[in-house]
Amino acid sequence: MFFDQQKSVMAFLQHFALLLALIIVFSTSCKAVTLEVGSVEVGYNDSSKSSATEDTSTSINGSTDGHAPSVISTLPIVTWKWHHIETPYLVALWILTCWLCKLVCELNHNVTSVIPESGLLIILGFILGGIIWGADKAQTFKLIPVNFFYYLLPQIVLDASYCMPNKLFFSNLGAILIHAIIGTCWNAATVGTALWACYEGGAMGTLNIGPLQFLLFGALISAVDPVAVIAVFEEVHVNEVLYILVFGESLLNDGVTVVLYNVFDAFVSLGGLKINAAEIVKGIVSFFVVAFGGSFLGVVFAILISMLTRVTKNVQVIEAGFIIVLGYLSYLTAEMLSLSAILSITFCGVCCQKYINANMDEKSVTTLRYTLKVMANGSETMIFVFLGVSAIDKNIWVWNTGFILLTIFFVVVFRFIGVFFLNWVLNQSRLIPIDITDQFVMAYGGLRGAVAYGLAALLDEKKIPEKNLMLGTTLIVVYFTVILQGITMKPLVQWLKVKRAAHSDLKLIEKLNNRAFDHILAAVEDICGRIGDNWWTRGWNRFEENYISWLLMKPKARKNRDYLFSIFHKLNLEDAINYVSEGERQGSLAFSRSDEAANVDFKKQFGSEFADVMPNIMVDMSNYELGIEHFSVTSIVKDTIPSVSLDIHGQDRKNAMDDINAHHLLQQHLYRSRKHHRHKYSRSHFSINQNEDEVQEIFQRTMRSRLESFKSTKMGVNPAKKITKHHKKELTHKMPNGHPDGTGHLYGDEVDIAVGSETGAINSTFMRDTYTVGAGIENPVFLPDMDSPTHSPPWLMETEAVAPSQRAQRRLPWTPNRLRRLAPMRISTCSTDSFLMADVSLTLEEHEEHSQTDHVEMRQVFD
Amino acid sequence: MGSTNSTLLKIPNVEVLMQETGFSPAHIIRLHDRFKALDKEGRGHLCPHDFGAIKELAMNPIGDRIIGAFFSPGKETVDFHTFVKILAHFRPVDKDRPKEPNSPEPINSRSNKLKFAFQLYDQDKDGKISRDELLQVLRAMLGMQVTDEQLESIADRTIQEADLDRDDAISFEEFRKSLEKINIDHKMSIRFLR
Repeated sequence: MFFDQQKSVMAFLQHFALLLALIIVFSTSCKAVTLEVGSVEVGYNDSSKSSATEDTSTSINGSTDGHAPSVISTLPIVTWKWHHIETPYLVALWILTCWLCKLVCELNHNVTSVIPESGLLIILGFILGGIIWGADKAQTFKLIPVNFFYYLLPQIVLDASYCMPNKLFFSNLGAILIHAIIGTCWNAATVGTALWACYEGGAMGTLNIGPLQFLLFGALISAVDPVAVIAVFEEVHVNEVLYILVFGESLLNDGVTVVLYNVFDAFVSLGGLKINAAEIVKGIVSFFVVAFGGSFLGVVFAILISMLTRVTKNVQVIEAGFIIVLGYLSYLTAEMLSLSAILSITFCGVCCQKYINANMDEKSVTTLRYTLKVMANGSETMIFVFLGVSAIDKNIWVWNTGFILLTIFFVVVFRFIGVFFLNWVLNQSRLIPIDITDQFVMAYGGLRGAVAYGLAALLDEKKIPEKNLMLGTTLIVVYFTVILQGITMKPLVQWLKVKRAAHSDLKLIEKLNNRAFDHILAAVEDICGRIGDNWWTRGWNRFEENYISWLLMKPKARKNRDYLFSIFHKLNLEDAINYVSEGERQGSLAFSRSDEAANVDFKKQFGSEFADVMPNIMVDMSNYELGIEHFSVTSIVKDTIPSVSLDIHGQDRKNAMDDINAHHLLQQHLYRSRKHHRHKYSRSHFSINQNEDEVQEIFQRTMRSRLESFKSTKMGVNPAKKITKHHKKELTHKMPNGHPDGTGHLYGDEVDIAVGSETGAINSTFMRDTYTVGAGIENPVFLPDMDSPTHSPPWLMETEAVAPSQRAQRRLPWTPNRLRRLAPMRISTCSTDSFLMADVSLTLEEHEEHSQTDHVEMRQVFD
Repeated sequence: MGSTNSTLLKIPNVEVLMQETGFSPAHIIRLHDRFKALDKEGRGHLCPHDFGAIKELAMNPIGDRIIGAFFSPGKETVDFHTFVKILAHFRPVDKDRPKEPNSPEPINSRSNKLKFAFQLYDQDKDGKISRDELLQVLRAMLGMQVTDEQLESIADRTIQEADLDRDDAISFEEFRKSLEKINIDHKMSIRFLR
């Protein structure tokens, strides 16, 4: 244990040293630049002079001239052209640095399980800032609002809204809006007023801040940051209603805060004397116009995007790009019209997800999802690092103990009062009231983040003389909430026993009954003769189906989109993949050989392995159990084993007949053998590299076609799944071709430990059997002694030969191992509309974790 | 207030009814009004065709089954008491209410809600959802969008998921188990009956 820890610490240090070396090299180069050119403005560098940008361009021009003199005496072979690439180079270097920071953070799970990643990134940011300070004696790099609002924030919001669990979001929209709008206004007003009152009471000495400035500060400090909130809540796995309330609120609340900020900013510029009733009314009107106008603009863009994706099938490769560009445009357009940009892009993402997921090709959906993740995660990392870097700056620190402490106090206290009051109001009419612990966590989850900092940095020093004090205080509030509250959140959730997200398996019967319940409730409302929630839901669904889908969806996508059926289809595919990967792992995939054997063997062998769970295939179970069919089944298995190998190239040299067969078969399964494989590059067509992915290639295509015909005989029923569960952990250690990463991390250490201790005893015996039979990656062709002892008792064979790894490799190779930001869907399997398409496997993984504990009981059943 | 009392007084055994269902007087009155409105001929009881007259209900894919749930086997009519009791299944669970130790299980308990849903499938009342019964419901709900073959395979899969004893049918116990993860209080409750 100690050794392990030491090792990881060593690894950590090594990586960190690497990082430091990089930073030092890089910062000295920066220093050189700074010395040479004076004030350089790069991506994140703001010397807080408004004319800095102009400086850059002129200085760059000037220096290029210097480096490329018009008269040269001899032909230079290479020249040093730092100033040509300076800005993009520094930007790229910073991106790299920030991402390396994230890498460093993720190295040690012991640390990340205590301190949330966002907090660690900020702390690393401090260190980086310190290094830069040491090198430059000034803070050359910091997060400037323009970069934050135009280049870093949009993709985070777009990603969050695109991945929003739609159904859950809209069914809680009322509560979310009330919290976001009224709650934010309440926070802004009370924090501002209370601070002002304390100032008047003399708690902060003399400051040059008027009541309006205090309100402005209150507005900017009330932005609950989705980035920080998601980062923390995702690790905690709270229940889905709580999650969506906090998440939705923080997302919309940002928009509201910016609007509020602008209104107060206008008031401040106007000056206290000119404000009369008319101006206040205007302010309120503009608040609503800006907020709802922005949301409306977002919906308009969502409609545009959806309609566009109806016709993009010929340019599939850039299909996903359209969504990103148009989403970004919705942000910029709203900004241009001085509407709320954040609200615009939020509603754009939330509204269009359903239609674009249906319209676009499955690959494009995955691409989009992944691209958004990369961008959002990347910029989120950068934001946190720069929140840390920005702090190391002498200029912004104006210390005023009273102001800072009172701000923290009021921010927390009024958040609590606001949340509890609003929830009390909401609970009067909620079907399932929000209980007190949930309310507490909601209030405690009010983390402030980069939006508050960005707004504070936007403050105009001419209008607000104490800008630096506000900026510094904002930073302290951010650190206080992100680091301190972030760290305490997890223990608190555990201590309060907040209801966690129930990881439920994707089950057809649940979905079916959900559908039935909807109909029942609608019917009962009709019988009662009252217009209730279900009436509205049904009305909307009908309207959506008849008109909106018609407008926004491809006819093809419309036709084939019954929800229950798509779930069924997904489960089918899932099982097929499991079956194949299991078969391949055991090396006994019978259908990859001869035509004749393919169909028959599939069925038979399938039967032999799954007979106990597949009453439909093995028509007569009793026969089987009595051993009547036993002989034939095992003989088939034996027969097929020699012909199984995936490694066909080795064999087709031996036998010409085999060669023909193999080719025929391969062609049939659209599988290209290795020697015919050519690398092709095409800009507009992307094909999977068969060489690497031949395994998935085989199972995708083969199984898809085969399973279509076997639809009625479904496989992979619950019992079989359950037995296999706990092997996964072992497999990741023992099998080099498993996916060792991700497991431990996804499930969290505590699960492993808990399961391990509970099932340790059984595992040790169970696994021994297992590995003599299935034997990891080895191909049974090379295991001549397969037959006698292990195959003879069929009941043993079913449970133990099949069990080990039906799901061991079940993770789709193209499925992201660690899409951690997909948490919304992880937590809410009932709002599956948009998530199911790409992430089924993720959900299911969740269950494995959950059902690992079941296996003891299941095993008893099989014994 | 006077009118409230007079309406309540017209209903026989209203106290018992409120005790059993947990409805407030306001709910009872509202439901009574609705009952009278449905009972166009003023017979004091409802027939299936009274329900059929509700337009929206007629469009509900499983509407006829829900109507059927109001009528106990062999009976052609439903009186006000039964009507209210059936609707009481959909009253949200109230946590504040002190639980009396000896009181019978309330109508709106989780398992009663599930039983209500279960009997919608189980038309022959043999305590099991057979494949055919499931198929009928599926056909009603999915309608034209999928082929018969697909429907059958969906039904098979569904049964397999829930079927623990492998008798190719879902018993109530299996039904309950398979829906363990679902928040039935949420899914089978109507807000205005609170």
